[in-house]
Amino acid sequence: MERADRVGVNNGNVVALVQKEYGMTDDKLVIAGIEFTSRLWVGTGKYKDFEETRRAIEASGTDVVTVSVRRVNIIDRSKENLLDHIDPKKYKILPNTAGCYTAKDAVRTAMLAAEAGISKLVKLEVIGDEKTLFPDNEATLEAAKVLVKEGLIVLPYVSDDPIMARKLVDLGCPAVMPLAAPIGSGLGIRNPYNIRIIMETVKVPVIVDAGVGTASDVALAMELGCDAVLLNTAIAGAKDPIAMAEAMKYGVLAGRLAYKAGRIPKKLYATASSPIEGMIGS
Amino acid sequence: MNITLNGEKKDAPEGLTVLGLLQHLKIQPERVAVELNLNVVKKSDYAAAQVKDGDSVEVVSFMAGGVWSEPTVSA
Repeated sequence: MERADRVGVNNGNVVALVQKEYGMTDDKLVIAGIEFTSRLWVGTGKYKDFEETRRAIEASGTDVVTVSVRRVNIIDRSKENLLDHIDPKKYKILPNTAGCYTAKDAVRTAMLAAEAGISKLVKLEVIGDEKTLFPDNEATLEAAKVLVKEGLIVLPYVSDDPIMARKLVDLGCPAVMPLAAPIGSGLGIRNPYNIRIIMETVKVPVIVDAGVGTASDVALAMELGCDAVLLNTAIAGAKDPIAMAEAMKYGVLAGRLAYKAGRIPKKLYATASSPIEGMIGS
Repeated sequence: MNITLNGEKKDAPEGLTVLGLLQHLKIQPERVAVELNLNVVKKSDYAAAQVKDGDSVEVVSFMAGGVWSEPTVSA
């Protein structure tokens, strides 16, 4: 926590204070009965090492980390395990089906994750195309149907399409995770209007997933009224991942506060903010 | 006996259960999930589930990963 030491106060405490002051400590996100204290969810990929991963996650203030499900290295058993560094008692582990290109592989991976894991939570991803990493919507629906029947809590990665979001919710997904932009692109919220329509279409939490580049993107997502943001590359790929993780934390907090505060409407012309009365020369 | 373990042909002692196989491989059972011939094996069944000659076994665990990473699970 050397960054926090520099400003002489624990940055986690600052967030707690701000949340308390604005009555946000009870502003918890609940999905399928599971309470999430943080509206920033982070991935564990692309970090330099486990130590950097641990520090970035800590700086982000999150309580949810995504992990992938992969074959155990049978030959070399000496490799450190991610869960030695990310305490499952401290963080909710959200396994994903990242890298799956078919409904069948995604179902297999999710079922294994549920058996390996601590909970029935799974982030469903069925990728449709290597270049864009856009979701295969049809296969995602197919896999979601099977996994919901198997009793899993399915959080699907989906394109920013309100109709797809509705279909996924109709078959039992307790939240949807529309992309902001292609995974790892850092382009930010490319279609805020669709994200808004999704929020009006479904009555479940909407978590923006993928494509976020920097703290203002996260703030924008939260200002739109999204319930949380999941990101990975924007932190792990930053020059200083620990500092960016901290920036993202404040981005979420600022955006959420602004959303709850209710912004002024946009207008074409000026409205004076100083009184006209009492001006000299009047 | 010959089994396919994580996609690779491997020789394993006869008459192993899933638990026995994990112990043979020096893998902690708590941290992994096992698929035997495309069916997920419940942790409570590890001690009873028999691995037979020609079986296909997948042993997976949670790894670093975010929104997307290299695919490994294959049919």
